[in-house]
Amino acid sequence: MNREKVIFAFFIVLALTLNFGFFLGDIDKVVHHNEFELFAALTVSMICTVLKFGDRTHLGALMLATSLVADLQLVIAATLWGFAEQISGGMTASMMSSIVSLSGGALLANIISVVLLVVETIVVRR
Amino acid sequence: MNNVFYLLLRRLRVPFITMIVVYSISVLGFVLIPGQDNDGNIWHMDFFHAVYFVSFMGTTIGFGEIPFAFTDAQRMWTLLMIYATVVAWLYGIGSMLALLQEPVFGRLLRRRAFTSEVIGIAEPFYLICGYGVTGRVIVHKLANRDIRAVVIDIKQERIDDLEMDSLPIRVPGLCADAALPDVLDDAGLQHPHCIGVLALTDDDNSNLAVSIASKLLMPKRLVISRTESEVTTANLLSFGTDQVVDPFQAYAGYLSMAIHSPYKHLVYDWLVNPYHRPLSSVYQLKQGRWIICGFGRFGRSLYKAFKADDVSITVVDAKEHNVNQTEHQIWGVGTEAQTLEEAGIHEAVGIVAGTENDANNLSIIMTARQLKPKLVTVVRQNLDANRLVFRHSGADFVMEPGRIIANQIMAQIKTPLLPAFIDALQGYDDVWAHTLLNRMSSVVGEYELDSWAFTIGEADTPAIQMALEEATVIKMKVFLKDPRDRSHMLPAFPLMLRRGETIKILPGELTELELGDEILFCGLSKAFKQVEWTVNNYNVLQYILTGKDANSTLLSRWFNKDS
Repeated sequence: MNREKVIFAFFIVLALTLNFGFFLGDIDKVVHHNEFELFAALTVSMICTVLKFGDRTHLGALMLATSLVADLQLVIAATLWGFAEQISGGMTASMMSSIVSLSGGALLANIISVVLLVVETIVVRR
Repeated sequence: MNNVFYLLLRRLRVPFITMIVVYSISVLGFVLIPGQDNDGNIWHMDFFHAVYFVSFMGTTIGFGEIPFAFTDAQRMWTLLMIYATVVAWLYGIGSMLALLQEPVFGRLLRRRAFTSEVIGIAEPFYLICGYGVTGRVIVHKLANRDIRAVVIDIKQERIDDLEMDSLPIRVPGLCADAALPDVLDDAGLQHPHCIGVLALTDDDNSNLAVSIASKLLMPKRLVISRTESEVTTANLLSFGTDQVVDPFQAYAGYLSMAIHSPYKHLVYDWLVNPYHRPLSSVYQLKQGRWIICGFGRFGRSLYKAFKADDVSITVVDAKEHNVNQTEHQIWGVGTEAQTLEEAGIHEAVGIVAGTENDANNLSIIMTARQLKPKLVTVVRQNLDANRLVFRHSGADFVMEPGRIIANQIMAQIKTPLLPAFIDALQGYDDVWAHTLLNRMSSVVGEYELDSWAFTIGEADTPAIQMALEEATVIKMKVFLKDPRDRSHMLPAFPLMLRRGETIKILPGELTELELGDEILFCGLSKAFKQVEWTVNNYNVLQYILTGKDANSTLLSRWFNKDS
């Protein structure tokens, strides 16, 4: 067992699960989506990105790209949340659905990332 | 090559993650810890304000407590987080600086800069492996002729030397092992503008590796290699290396020629060396016995060369495995008078101090000269650092093989006709050489004798090509007339004409030229600059041929209509 692999897989899967948890629920209902969960998803996603730095293989490049996509989507979602609360004067259903759909995009990226992780594990068979 | 970037990212993983973790804990703490607004109500900081506050707290620790004054619990958290974020930043910046200072990183950066510089070269260049005495002389000469070069050497000091030497053009250098193919590749082995590869390291195996790599990748490109053993020479020649130079053999040949045919030697020296010796310095030697001290690589080469010229030799050596290899052998180092007397110094005409110890060599010639002041002395210099002592040693020849082979290689690079001429020289006697030398001397005086060559054709001499196609008869003297005033002759004369397989030495001025002729000239380099006008500009050529400024523009035709 490789400790580094455990940590790596842990964070990638955690990013997916947190993201999924946030995404779950009615798209426009504020009560269904926890802001702490979004925060956790964003933080873990950023850690994933850094963990994927420096891998020179083609698969590594692909994984870094998916992670960057997830980061981008989640950062936009978080910014939108801050904008809705602080500047536009309160969260609305339409704002909430935008945030959740952005996180849905990130979820897709995270799924691809996990699929790549699984593919790599199967291909490398060690 | 993105190695540098990957290395940077890989090393900065931990600092980055530390920073993300510290920041997110800090933000989370601010969101969770209850605060109070101005009216004393419980108030929870939202993520927006938390990120805002932590961002400026981590970097500047300023701006005060917003949007309401903090409670004591918030202040305690702030206090903790100030230290955490500052330490995280210091850690991150510290690791980055440490990475930048690491030698590995510096090497990667230099390699990258070198590679991209070589890729960017857009004119012909030579790849030179080894920046020792020979490499240095060649790079300097190439640079003075505005020919670009790329240098690889395994020692960093030599690359530092390259950077300190004030060369007229930029020469990229890299400290790396030239025997490695990827190093050679980065240095432009496959570059379309690389016109020649010179393997001049002092390691025969590296030279072999460089030559093979070059010949495999580009079979037609010029490869010149230095070697110190006959096995390697044969090996190098077997796959078509264009020129193989052995410093010891080269010097032995040089010295041997100086002794048995001094004028021919001077012709060679003038053509090949930039600073030639005056005509009066010819060594008028009687035939006689020579003493060679030291029977190592140099001694053996010299022995062979002298034997070929029927010079009688006595060898002095103190090493067991060198004893009894030849007749007339004396046991000893040669630094004591007794050994030299035993070797018959009073009957000898010259002595060669050729051991691999500089101090011994100097001692040998000092002792020898005390015993017999009129002796011709040849001393071998092993270390370049001892140059000052050797220059003042008063020896007739100081053997610096590095320079001799540098000149040989430059002759090959300048024009392949020059080595062909030197080969042809062997067929003539010393009297003929004396005449040639007088002619050279009358043309150049005390200045440097330069040499250059033309191949009659489109590339070298477009104007003459045009004239020949118009069936004009072009004679050799065209090359010798001053394009500014055709009644003056340029300080130059033709040395050799090669037409197909036939070689004509010293062709006459009235020789008619044909397409494809190769002609070698010698003279002052300013003559070369003038003659370039004649061969490239059709109008100048017409002036040289007819004396008229032929100009076929509309205006001049109209003006000259009546004439």
